[in-house]
Amino acid sequence: MSALAHVPTASGQPVSPPPAARRGRHRLLPYLLLLPGAAWLFLFFAVPLVQLAAASLYDPTGSLSTGYALTWAFGNYPTALQAYWPQFGRSFLYAGIALVLALLMGYPLAYAIAQKAGRWKNLLLVCVIAPMFTSFLVRTLAWKTILSDNGWLVGLLRDVHLLGPDGRLLATPIAVVLGLTYNFLPFLVLPLYASLERLDYRLLEAASDLYASPLKTFRRVTLPLSMPGLIAGTLLFFIPATGDYINAELLGTPKEYMIGNVIDSAFLVRLDYPQGAALSFLLMSAILVVVFVYLRRAGTEEVL
Amino acid sequence: MAPETPAGDLRLANLTKTFGAFTAVDDLSLTVPQGSFFALLGASGCGKTTTLRMIAGLEEPTSGQVLLADRDIARLRPYKRPVNTVFQSYALFPHLDIFENVAFGLRRRGIRSVDGQVREMLSLVQLDGYERRRPAQLSGGQQQRVALARALINQPQVLLLDEPLGALDLKLRRQMQIELKRIQTEVGITFVHVTHDQEEAMTMADTVAVMNAGRIEQLGAPAEIYEFPATAFVANFLGQSNLIAGETTGGNGGDLLVTVHGSRFSVPARRSRADQGPVHLGVRPEKLHLVRSADEVPAGSQHLDGTITDASYVGVSTQYLLRTGWGTELSVFAANSGSQQRFAPGDRAVAYWDPGHAFLLGRHADEDDRTTGILDEPVGTSS
Repeated sequence: MSALAHVPTASGQPVSPPPAARRGRHRLLPYLLLLPGAAWLFLFFAVPLVQLAAASLYDPTGSLSTGYALTWAFGNYPTALQAYWPQFGRSFLYAGIALVLALLMGYPLAYAIAQKAGRWKNLLLVCVIAPMFTSFLVRTLAWKTILSDNGWLVGLLRDVHLLGPDGRLLATPIAVVLGLTYNFLPFLVLPLYASLERLDYRLLEAASDLYASPLKTFRRVTLPLSMPGLIAGTLLFFIPATGDYINAELLGTPKEYMIGNVIDSAFLVRLDYPQGAALSFLLMSAILVVVFVYLRRAGTEEVL
Repeated sequence: MAPETPAGDLRLANLTKTFGAFTAVDDLSLTVPQGSFFALLGASGCGKTTTLRMIAGLEEPTSGQVLLADRDIARLRPYKRPVNTVFQSYALFPHLDIFENVAFGLRRRGIRSVDGQVREMLSLVQLDGYERRRPAQLSGGQQQRVALARALINQPQVLLLDEPLGALDLKLRRQMQIELKRIQTEVGITFVHVTHDQEEAMTMADTVAVMNAGRIEQLGAPAEIYEFPATAFVANFLGQSNLIAGETTGGNGGDLLVTVHGSRFSVPARRSRADQGPVHLGVRPEKLHLVRSADEVPAGSQHLDGTITDASYVGVSTQYLLRTGWGTELSVFAANSGSQQRFAPGDRAVAYWDPGHAFLLGRHADEDDRTTGILDEPVGTSS
């Protein structure tokens, strides 16, 4: 979300000073172009955010029937955290494991499409994006079928004794992690592909000419040059995966519930608005901290 | 480093590379003596870059050997060869600064203290103080020198240069030619330089190999090749030549006689690549001299008369086209040294030359005269 807010301002500066006579109008132009986006962001992002912040400080004893009062109840935060820290931890754990799996699959995939696919490049890219043409919900339900107890996958795993005779995949943490990995993989692959596609193979030849084995070439040239895509992809994967609740809902049980499920039920089932709002803010700040630390450690001055 | 013996020579033996049905390099054999500056000269697509890439290991030969100090390295991976390349595109690592670019090869070989060597190399290419810049912050000429330093620092047995000056403007190119030659003399490493620029090849190299269609047409010292080309291709690729179709009509002592449209000319036998049948009589444009009438032709010279059809003043010289009696236009370069007569289109003129400057090349029976125009698009000439 913070990344989204930065997009309009980054392009808001004129490239070179135009002739003096027309300068006045040209100076205003970028701001005028910014206006629709800024208005949209203000109305549908900034205003609801403030509203949500206010809701997180409502009197926790209020309800929809008796009404809410803004009592600056900061106590809502520790209370919510105390009640739901396991779901918090689980969110980051599942999203983290899914990210590692997605990287192991996504990096080679993006590399192959960008550098080795030749004329199959476009077709393979369509294959990466094609699942997005169906709804997120439908895709996750499809995984429910794939992982079901009498599905072929579980049958196969039982046959080779990787699963016990009563072992199952559905309704386990494995199912939730697999669902997260699958659903957010394209968000990781596409930015990575964009970075790797621009990678000049002549640099790889140069590295090889300069005594770098294929492994050293990857470590010293390919990886650093794909860093912008890797960072963008990691963030686009990790942020929505952490806040996701559909996968845990459809592929898991309450034992696998993530923080998204708790927020979902606070707003829609328990109608505990102050707690839902407080949890939302806690999630947002936790993600911001993780992202900030990550960008600092990744050391790319271009991003921060 | 290898000991200073002929064993350090680079030898290509029957090297062939085919891409599908296309033969890029065709049974190429040559020897590059250790410590020499060797130029592979040819038009684009003649196989010179493919040859270079096979030496570097970036392309695997279809057959043949690449021998370095009598060891066949043709199937070694590029990072295992004692050979480095200066790429046409420079291929500097954009994410590394100049220091790290230059240190790249040393670091990959596990050398820890690179500081002294890198600074020494940067000062050799006159880039002291640029250590912490990024490649994108340098000009084309500076990037070129970084690419050179990055390759040279590894003290390769052979340094390969793939059109390294191609992206530079003319003035900078001249400067870098002199610079490269100086550096080569200083470090004494074997340089193999690929270029399509005949002037560049002649300026720098000790030995030039002219390539055409995957084969070497001629190999030798620049002056040797220029003064006595072996084929019509070489005669017109390295500078310009007037090649006049004729027939040999026997010998006369140490000379060969050639009949061209009824006139007879002689060429010393030592300057002849063919001694019978159809031939090309070749004379370089600057070896032709113009006078008004046959009376002014010095004794011992041979001459042809015709009509001036074009005169282009290009500063250092004036380039004329002379139409002969049978319609071929010959190029004549007259140095503007101040003592020459000037001719205008339409003037009658006689061109003469010293027989010792002419040369004879074999010719296919159906081939006609081969001359090159003054400019790419001749002005004021009828064709």
